[in-house]
Amino acid sequence: MALPPIETVQQSEQAFVTALSDSAPLPNTYRGGPDDRGHFGAYGGRFVAETLMPLILEVEKAYGEVRHSPEFHAELKHYLTHFVGRPSPLYLAERLTRHFGGARIYFKRDELNHTGAHKINNCVGQILLARMMGKTRIIAETGAGQHGVATATVCALFDLPCTVYMGETDIARQQPNVFRMKLLGAEVKPVASGSRTLKDAMNEALRDWVSNVDSTYYLIGTAAGPHPYPMMVRDFQSVIGKEVRDQVMAAEGRLPDSLVACIGGGSNALGLFHPFLDEPGVAMMAVEAAGHGLDSGAHAASLTGGRPGVLHGNMTYLLQTDDGQINEAHSISAGLDYPGIGPEHAWLHDTGRVQYVSATDDEALAAFQLCSRLEGIIPALEPAHALAHVARIAGGLPDDHVLVMNMCGRGDKDIFTVAEALGERL
Amino acid sequence: MSAPAIATAPDGRIERRFRALAAAGRGALVTYVTASDPDFETSRAILSGLAAAGADVIELGLPFSDPMADGPAIQRASLRALANGGSARTTLDLARSLRTQDADTPLIVMGYYNPILAYGLERFAADAAGAGIDGLIVVDLPPEEDEALREAADRQGLRIIRLATPTTDDDRLPAVLGDVGGFLYYVAITGITGTRSGDTAALTQAVARLKARTDLPIAVGFGIRTPEQAAEIVRFADAAVVGSAIVDRIAAGLNADGRPGADVVDGVLGFVRELAAAVHGARGG
Repeated sequence: MALPPIETVQQSEQAFVTALSDSAPLPNTYRGGPDDRGHFGAYGGRFVAETLMPLILEVEKAYGEVRHSPEFHAELKHYLTHFVGRPSPLYLAERLTRHFGGARIYFKRDELNHTGAHKINNCVGQILLARMMGKTRIIAETGAGQHGVATATVCALFDLPCTVYMGETDIARQQPNVFRMKLLGAEVKPVASGSRTLKDAMNEALRDWVSNVDSTYYLIGTAAGPHPYPMMVRDFQSVIGKEVRDQVMAAEGRLPDSLVACIGGGSNALGLFHPFLDEPGVAMMAVEAAGHGLDSGAHAASLTGGRPGVLHGNMTYLLQTDDGQINEAHSISAGLDYPGIGPEHAWLHDTGRVQYVSATDDEALAAFQLCSRLEGIIPALEPAHALAHVARIAGGLPDDHVLVMNMCGRGDKDIFTVAEALGERL
Repeated sequence: MSAPAIATAPDGRIERRFRALAAAGRGALVTYVTASDPDFETSRAILSGLAAAGADVIELGLPFSDPMADGPAIQRASLRALANGGSARTTLDLARSLRTQDADTPLIVMGYYNPILAYGLERFAADAAGAGIDGLIVVDLPPEEDEALREAADRQGLRIIRLATPTTDDDRLPAVLGDVGGFLYYVAITGITGTRSGDTAALTQAVARLKARTDLPIAVGFGIRTPEQAAEIVRFADAAVVGSAIVDRIAAGLNADGRPGADVVDGVLGFVRELAAAVHGARGG
């Protein structure tokens, strides 16, 4: 695997740290962030147009009020249990474990959630917040369509009009999800600007929000964007890691040795990792999409192939030119096809707490097929990237090594893309 | 957080221009074009004619791939500029070129934060000041995050010009009005550039509210598309900003292949003359 130009990255990081904060003390906890201005070290923050600032502050205040409210959490738990179907199982993937001949591989089965991915965890949390704030219209961006479907689903549940922005490229490759959103009553607005993928959908959602400030709540789907979204989405997704903690204790009588998750914006990875960040014995690996390969220029690996900058409300690692123009990302997986990453990951990367690696389109496709045949689970292309990394490392690990991988989505939505990649006509 | 007081800031082109206009009882026309739209040479020709056509302040857009506060007209302008080599460096080159013929017209760079970050905050501030730029408007950099750029700009005598909007309430106004100079840019609508227009009665009230809180000149922008609208604005505000409507004239002057037609510069400057005539005559009756 090709390494990024370390010196360049470190120099620019250093410049940012110097420019943006007086000091960057080593943390005595990895779970304390962000600070009250939404910064994770030099990353995060609130980089939005002034029109949106009061709205962002309003969301922050409203979330602050419910974040530790027992009533809010009781309602959230009700919907997570009875509507989403939580807790999702922790499943020992025995055939893959035997196949790789090393670590005991567990899947956190978030692909079994209602709507087929982890995205719904966050949507239930945010829709409850939006209702409490008295908002009457919901907007969202979507890449693979999983967040769009999850948002459309909770909007149907609570009878709120929903507009989902989706790039034209993604609409073409995720037709089943587009139709699902329509069935659920959402309006899907195609975005024709830029690369016509998730980045452009987010631009368009921000333009909508700035134009409809009184009525509208922007339901961001990943742990990125302006504060408080990265923190809030992480909190709502942390249900994944909290459940894993209990489940792995029950199954193995101890904490896992390693956690693996794919990473686009990074919400499923943070959800799995965050409850374990202060457990020094738990290694964590996040797998970015290397597309056609890191050297090809056609990838979505913001951490391994990008450098810090500001986009969509936060400072984080971005795929960009020397002139600060945002590059188009590429991944076979629409859900990972984004040139940025959540700011907490940027910070976890720099601190070294989480190891960030990548897997190519081809590796993900191979893992996709392997998992389908050996486990009877058709994974989404996103967690197929995580599995591709598991495939790389599992055989070299001892057979008492407990590895938990987040199976964050199911692959039904991807069958057309995969068929095309395999040269099959449906 | 130390913030140099505005009163001690040196007198610059922006202050001198607004003072002269106030003394003459005239409103100001602020024109926006994206640097290198549609290409460097055409952009240079447009810029060099703006002041003579009646622009009192020139805003030069720094091209960015993801201008999320802008409507389709300025999005396309950015993409045209980028496709033809536009960058932070060429934006500064255009400013430098303008300064060889015009020592007085205030020149503001307006854009998004990432290209400035990528250039380097200190280096950008130094090079911008060296190129004859007077102020910076960074759309996605609210007061909460602008300290590093503000300090770099202060060291070079560059003004950070902030945006106030219809959503900027009284609680927030002190943050927006603190530590800055030049003028205040009031965003007339909750929305993106080049779309709908603000309601005059509400705008009059909003500007009066700001005037009660600051001595900075108030420029109003977003949605001002015609000479009549621009004239209406300067009856209660210090300046009217016209951007998308000018950029539309550039787009209209392109041939089918996207290259500039023979009269694109004249088309733009002719429109600016109409705007200027209306703005400059607005208060005279």
